[in-house]
Amino acid sequence: MKNKHIVIYVAFGVLLLFSPAFLNAYWVDVLNNVGLYTILALSLNIILGHAGLFHMGHAAFYALGAYTTAIINTTYHIPILWLLPVSGLVAGLAALVVARPIIHLRGDYLLIVTIGLVEIIRIALVNNVFGITGGSNGIFGISRPVLFGWKINKPWEFFYLIWGFAAVTIFLFDRLEKSRFGRALNYLREDDVAAEGSGINTAHYKLIAFVIGAFWAGMVGNIFAAKMTIIAPESFNFWESVVLFMIVLLGGRGSIRGVILGSFLVLGLPEIFRQFATARMLVFGAFMVVMMIFRTEGILPPLPRKYPIAKVLGREGSV
Amino acid sequence: MSTLLSLKNLTKRFGGLVAVDHVSFDVETGSIVGLIGPNGAGKTTVFNLITGNYRPDEGEVVFEDRPIKNLPTHKIVSLGISRTFQTIRLFQKLSAIENVLAGCHCRMKAGSLAGMFRPPAQRREERQALETALQELQFVGLQDYAEQLAENLSYGNQRLLEIARALATQPRFIILDEPAGGMNNQETAALIETIRKIRDRGITVLLIEHDMSLVMEACEHLVVIENGAKIAEGTPQAIQNDPKVIEAYLGTDEE
Repeated sequence: MKNKHIVIYVAFGVLLLFSPAFLNAYWVDVLNNVGLYTILALSLNIILGHAGLFHMGHAAFYALGAYTTAIINTTYHIPILWLLPVSGLVAGLAALVVARPIIHLRGDYLLIVTIGLVEIIRIALVNNVFGITGGSNGIFGISRPVLFGWKINKPWEFFYLIWGFAAVTIFLFDRLEKSRFGRALNYLREDDVAAEGSGINTAHYKLIAFVIGAFWAGMVGNIFAAKMTIIAPESFNFWESVVLFMIVLLGGRGSIRGVILGSFLVLGLPEIFRQFATARMLVFGAFMVVMMIFRTEGILPPLPRKYPIAKVLGREGSV
Repeated sequence: MSTLLSLKNLTKRFGGLVAVDHVSFDVETGSIVGLIGPNGAGKTTVFNLITGNYRPDEGEVVFEDRPIKNLPTHKIVSLGISRTFQTIRLFQKLSAIENVLAGCHCRMKAGSLAGMFRPPAQRREERQALETALQELQFVGLQDYAEQLAENLSYGNQRLLEIARALATQPRFIILDEPAGGMNNQETAALIETIRKIRDRGITVLLIEHDMSLVMEACEHLVVIENGAKIAEGTPQAIQNDPKVIEAYLGTDEE
């Protein structure tokens, strides 16, 4: 059973790794978008999936990261990839400031506030706050990233940058969810009174979940800005947040493999069925309804964590 | 013997209702104390005041000579006060071992970055936590259920799992809210043994219980409250013969 899973993962990884060799530029670009959304959805998964906080404003942090990169790069010409951590930091700090007063809100109340958040950011961008966001035209002329002297320009080059970043994210987040931190988020999602009563500082963990999620979204914003070279407020509207929310719910809350599958379905399927453009949202909506009735945990719910219990017991027994 | 916990004139009002009315009592280190009283007397509210779930309107809670009434719950737990809940509050969708690991949390240090990068200290800590958690599961007799989801355990075992989780915080004082609720006679008898074993580990026990056989057998000292106020305190024998207590439980002749 376990071997079968590993075979599927490896086959998927290898197929993805070599896909630019047999796909045309258009489809590689589709995969690039899937990759960006995968990372974004994984970062939202920390907040929505693991901590169970209904956050529907993730595009706000994504936008902050993208605009941070765009503004600094076009004004001071600092190389794009140097701005990757800067974008993350700005988005993370924004999350720290914004989430602190709203963190105690529950369920749908938090949802409404986070929807407000993404709208505030978008409207601020449209209105050219401080004269630095370029209004509704956005910012253009963002330079391309350069990695070890290699200028990343073509879709297949971006493909490896984006999916490389996704691989690092998956690796780190997988470890994170199997750590004390990841468990703490699950405890407070299941029952925050019991979590607090077991000695977990629930407010702190909710806040840090927001900060980590926002940090990653900010970094994705950086790559997005470099890939597009033009960014405008319309790329970060409420709908983007809804799509991310949908990916996590559909794929499986708290499940990395579920979120990856969700990104492929939510972004890939509409591309495949492009000729049915008018009907696709209808099909999509119907699919969501069916899912919510028959598979509320998502398509690939998280697997239980494994602990080396036998190993520990064996050692104790031998003493 | 020294005083571990002392409640001083503790009062809690919910609107016009005085749920806890100037209650004072001390818990001696190393004792098993029972808090009893009719339904709605305010016993659980007293517990919630001790553990910081509610803030008292008046009075003070002193634990090891330190006032704790304004501390958040998780802080109180890390000081050494741990509890179980009247209505079982386990993490139902998580395994038994993960439920107990929740208790280990406050004795661990690794943050989110350590979780991602796993330095040796983090690995050691995880290993130790797992050992502690398994020991506590063994202590309550649930070692064979480590990987079962909490929701799949029987009611009695769920109560035991809550105790294991509370013990994993390495408390010096444990508060059990109706630990025998939903247990059969056999399980209750085993529970009494477990409670004594907890005390033998040097952990002071305060419990609420309606099962009088457990209270009379396990507790060395009883506090009785009715309508939020303390009406009696003493040894189980003295309490059994106290006319005020008998009246509170059975009513007077005129009624």
